[in-house]
Amino acid sequence: MAGRKVSNWWTVWGVLILLWALFPLLWMVSLSFKDPATFRSAEPTFFPQVWVWDNYKTVFTDSLFTTALRNSVGIALIATFLAVIVAMFAAYAIARMEFPGKKFLLSMALAIAMFPQAALVGPLFNMWRNLGIYDTWLGLIIPYLTFALPLSIWTMSAFFRQIPWEMEQAAQVDGATAWQAFRKVIVPLAAPGVFTTAILTFFFCWNEFLLAISLTSTDRARTVPAALSFFTGASQFQSPITYIMAASVVVTIPVVILVLIFQRRIMAGLTAGAVKG
Amino acid sequence: MAVMVEAPAPQTAEVTDRAKHERRLGLMLSAPAFLVMVFVTAYPLLYAVVLSLYNYRLTDPEGREFVGLGNYATVLTDPVWWTDFSTTFLITVFSVAVELVLGFAFAFVMYRILRGRSVVRTAILIPYGIVTVVSAYIWKYAFQLDSGFINQWFGLGDFNFFGQRWSALFVIILSEIWKTTPFISLLLLAGLVQVPEELQEAARVDGATAWQRIKRVTLPNMKAAIMVALLFRTLDAWRIFDNPFIMTVGANKTETLSFLAYRQNVTLVNLGAGSAVSVLLFLTVVVIAFIFVKGFRTDLSQVRGDR
Repeated sequence: MAGRKVSNWWTVWGVLILLWALFPLLWMVSLSFKDPATFRSAEPTFFPQVWVWDNYKTVFTDSLFTTALRNSVGIALIATFLAVIVAMFAAYAIARMEFPGKKFLLSMALAIAMFPQAALVGPLFNMWRNLGIYDTWLGLIIPYLTFALPLSIWTMSAFFRQIPWEMEQAAQVDGATAWQAFRKVIVPLAAPGVFTTAILTFFFCWNEFLLAISLTSTDRARTVPAALSFFTGASQFQSPITYIMAASVVVTIPVVILVLIFQRRIMAGLTAGAVKG
Repeated sequence: MAVMVEAPAPQTAEVTDRAKHERRLGLMLSAPAFLVMVFVTAYPLLYAVVLSLYNYRLTDPEGREFVGLGNYATVLTDPVWWTDFSTTFLITVFSVAVELVLGFAFAFVMYRILRGRSVVRTAILIPYGIVTVVSAYIWKYAFQLDSGFINQWFGLGDFNFFGQRWSALFVIILSEIWKTTPFISLLLLAGLVQVPEELQEAARVDGATAWQRIKRVTLPNMKAAIMVALLFRTLDAWRIFDNPFIMTVGANKTETLSFLAYRQNVTLVNLGAGSAVSVLLFLTVVVIAFIFVKGFRTDLSQVRGDR
């Protein structure tokens, strides 16, 4: 009996955490449904007086936002894909081989994980202009994949260490070719780690703001977080607040979907990459 | 990736051959990651060091001249640098301290809770994954006079949170705490799970109170995890840029060091002094990391990924 009482208390605390995490989202959604023309007042309310879809209509007809959304999706997906490929090779080598410079590589990854990106905006801005990749997708993809590498390498090498590699040889003893053994045995075992890493990397690219405003100047490569900070209302006499919130809801949806589907993996990935289990 | 088939007869020559092959393959596989990291971080950093020795504005490229450490003297004698330094310091200390306490509470709840465990764990990941700029806007509009509900709810009348430094910093820190506590709590949870249950049991048998158990058993066994979480979060907070940029645009002495580096380099295209700020910002990070590793004996092999 006493045990049940105690466990109920923990659930109460859990509900409080739930409120803490989700309440701001409720505020965001509520604000995005307010009427842009009349929502401002001397005594603002939490919920809209009238619920309107106008903000979402405006956001999706605004080329500033739709272009930025396209840029965000494209840049984040490509950078994630490349980061995972590059990190996969390195993580495989770290997890399975002895080679000179292994420690150095890990130390460098650690240093980059702590690196202040703001210290690079000046030189990168200059380098990118000289290379002709300033304000292009490539100009953001390169730094994104770099800054995503440390986390990707750790997470994947942590996952790869748990793979029973002997099974590969066992398959070969049973008559499978090296390629078959790799494809049928190793790939399915390694896939979860690779996939988890991809989600975490995607979050990072989807989120990044400083480089996005420093290395772009037009909507050619501007991502959503950068575009949000340039958002104005439908006309200059209107406050952009409700539009910004509608756009924010739109970019939060993919995050929420990923979290809902892959909650367990994200948890495992965050802790595997950061603290050795 | 080709797979080596075990050679049946292990002769010494064979072994060294295989070791050689392994070394070569290992180097080849990690070369792309290494080269990318050097090209995007190490090289630009050296470039910043070089640029910082010149007086160089993009608006006046012809006027570029060597000034030695002049830019550093300019930056370090300018009150703006020190104001931004103190702002960054305040934000870091307050947000990390609160996050550590909250993160512990969250970790304990997630560890003990039975009913609704997965719901809580899922919900907590949403602030972690949310775009920082979005988080900044959410809290900004919650506190803003013409749109926010905070003043109504707490009976603050027409108090303008963004009107002075301390209250603006309070909102910035709040947004930072909301977004990053989940990360800390997950790291602490990972450390908490590793504390052997037998130790807790033994302490309980010996009549230790719950508080004593936490102090004498849980915390000492989690020290490494706590230190690593602290180091990472401290350096992460030290980089803060998005929240002040969106919420206050640096008004009322809320500009941070990252913000200053951005403004000098990108807004003012003053690459000489800007690079000096960049290099100094990098050095502050090195100093913080050094203090953690040497002063608090943080065991980085926890995160190194090598056994």
